[in-house]
Amino acid sequence: MDLTTFLIQCLNSVQYGLLLFLVASGLTLIFGIMGVINLAHGSFYMIGAYMAFTLSSLVGNFALALLLGIVLAVVLGYLLEWCFFSFLYEREHLSQVLMTYGLILVFEELRSILVGDDVHGVAVPAWLGGSIAIGNGMAYPVYRLFMSGVCLAVAAGMYAVIRHTRLGMVVRAGSTNREMVQSLGIDIALLYRVVFAAGMALAVLAGMIAAPVASVYPGMGGSVLIVCFVVVVIGGIGSVKGALVAALLIGFVDTFGKVLWQQAAGVLVYVLMAAILLWKPQGLFRQGT
Amino acid sequence: MHKHIPTAAWAWLAAFVLLALLPVLPEPVGSAFHQELGAKVLIMAIFALSLQLLVGYTGLVSLGHAAFFGFAAYTVALLAPQSEAGNGWWLLAASVGAAALLAFVIGLLVMRTRGIYFIMVTLAFAQMVYFVFHDTDLGGGSDGTYVYIKPEFTLFGHRLLDLEQSAHFYWLALLLTAATVGLLALVLRARLGHALVGIRHNEQRMRAAGCNTTAYKLASFTLAGGLSGVAGFLFAVQHGYVNPEILAWHQSGNALLMVILGGIGSLPGAVLGAFSFVLLAEWFQGMTKHWQLLMGGFIIIAVAVLPQGIAGGFVWLRGRWQARRRPTLAAVVPTPQESTP
Repeated sequence: MDLTTFLIQCLNSVQYGLLLFLVASGLTLIFGIMGVINLAHGSFYMIGAYMAFTLSSLVGNFALALLLGIVLAVVLGYLLEWCFFSFLYEREHLSQVLMTYGLILVFEELRSILVGDDVHGVAVPAWLGGSIAIGNGMAYPVYRLFMSGVCLAVAAGMYAVIRHTRLGMVVRAGSTNREMVQSLGIDIALLYRVVFAAGMALAVLAGMIAAPVASVYPGMGGSVLIVCFVVVVIGGIGSVKGALVAALLIGFVDTFGKVLWQQAAGVLVYVLMAAILLWKPQGLFRQGT
Repeated sequence: MHKHIPTAAWAWLAAFVLLALLPVLPEPVGSAFHQELGAKVLIMAIFALSLQLLVGYTGLVSLGHAAFFGFAAYTVALLAPQSEAGNGWWLLAASVGAAALLAFVIGLLVMRTRGIYFIMVTLAFAQMVYFVFHDTDLGGGSDGTYVYIKPEFTLFGHRLLDLEQSAHFYWLALLLTAATVGLLALVLRARLGHALVGIRHNEQRMRAAGCNTTAYKLASFTLAGGLSGVAGFLFAVQHGYVNPEILAWHQSGNALLMVILGGIGSLPGAVLGAFSFVLLAEWFQGMTKHWQLLMGGFIIIAVAVLPQGIAGGFVWLRGRWQARRRPTLAAVVPTPQESTP
């Protein structure tokens, strides 16, 4: 592998890793604050991709579709938490797992009814369509750089909110000691709703910006969900920083695995997870970091 | 000497005898279709029962149970001879052994984790097994592979069952279900079972009492894996076809669904859960192409209104009924089963 190919693969790894981070951070936030294992998180990603498909053809402008999609996602997330989860916190974890499992089936079938089962493509917007030459006649598409840029911006934004705002403080406190936060007079139901809506918006955003690169297809939610579980487990459940590190790690292992050792690529990620768990059973970072 | 046999054992016995009558009933009821459907229910019942040992009695929520089920099914498909009928005893033992061995190895790794981690890690390991079969040519890749000729069960040169006949297959499935229930009931009455229930309630205290909880949990995980191998064996024989989808996480999710739906910590609950799940799926599939929508809606409603599962619902109904019969005792109406931590 020459230097240019290596560079391109590195960029691909970072881009894939950052995209995974976007999905996994929502998963880890929802778990860290609410204690819910959200199996439907992959469906949110799928919903995002299909939103990009329908909205961009409806509105005709990718940026506007992106904005609209995020607003829709926040509203939908807020409503979902209210309708399906708000009465489950007193119950054991398993009811919530089962509820999210039921939601997956509903979302998949609704998608099938509304949009059909065909594989779709979403056009890369014209203003992001070019590519940058990086020597040896190789070029790197601008859109992939744009994806990485969006993910980095969101990561930075999340860091700022979690570390330096009042809401972030409540979120961090909530992931450490829920009862204490509640007894300090903070409306925990509202906090849950906000976190769930934010988590959903992150997954939807990831799905939307991924749509032009990966095609939009029915089973896309499931595969992302499982990889995100691996990310969350490696990074430490409830840790956003851990999710970032683990997502990048997975990005590199998966991308280079596919290039260097094709047959084992699917398994490699899980071997990595097993190795890390043997070394650190609780993941790389603590909850709330 | 008259040995005391618990009423539950009589109830199980009566249920199995009644179920065994299905193939000899007259046509509309005892049809081949119903026998095959019944066998499907029984296979899922064994699968759910094996997971119940983990979820309901040991407190280990595994979302990767399909790995063992599918591994056993693949073992049958790979070991069965292509041109003649395989030896059923040997294939059953090999598939159960393979599933138990896989469970033991994965168990060694996952026992380091607990709670939510356990759910995710079991899922990830099952996914690893899925990709091994999906991406390599070991079992025909994503297309899967076939069991061309159903295995034979012979004893002293005498053929006991003809598995090509749906009635014989149904009886075999019923027999193996009964064996699974019996084995689990014995395990739960033995020292192992008591230790497992203790671990579910308070692992810390069990360890303080000098119990090697990791070893017990590993034993439970291996046993559950092996028993799901029985279901995997039957699945491969019934369908004559295995593909990676039987290892997929939806299969694990369905098993967990059956256990929770039926009622956690109850052997009849697991069977009831499998029964309702298979029949509902069959019914919904007959109604519409988009049957998963109905299934999803059903799951959501079941979670909302049946917190203790179907078995818990029965207990609640019985409580109501007794309360009406004995109004003075209304204050001590049994509440639905205690919840798991």
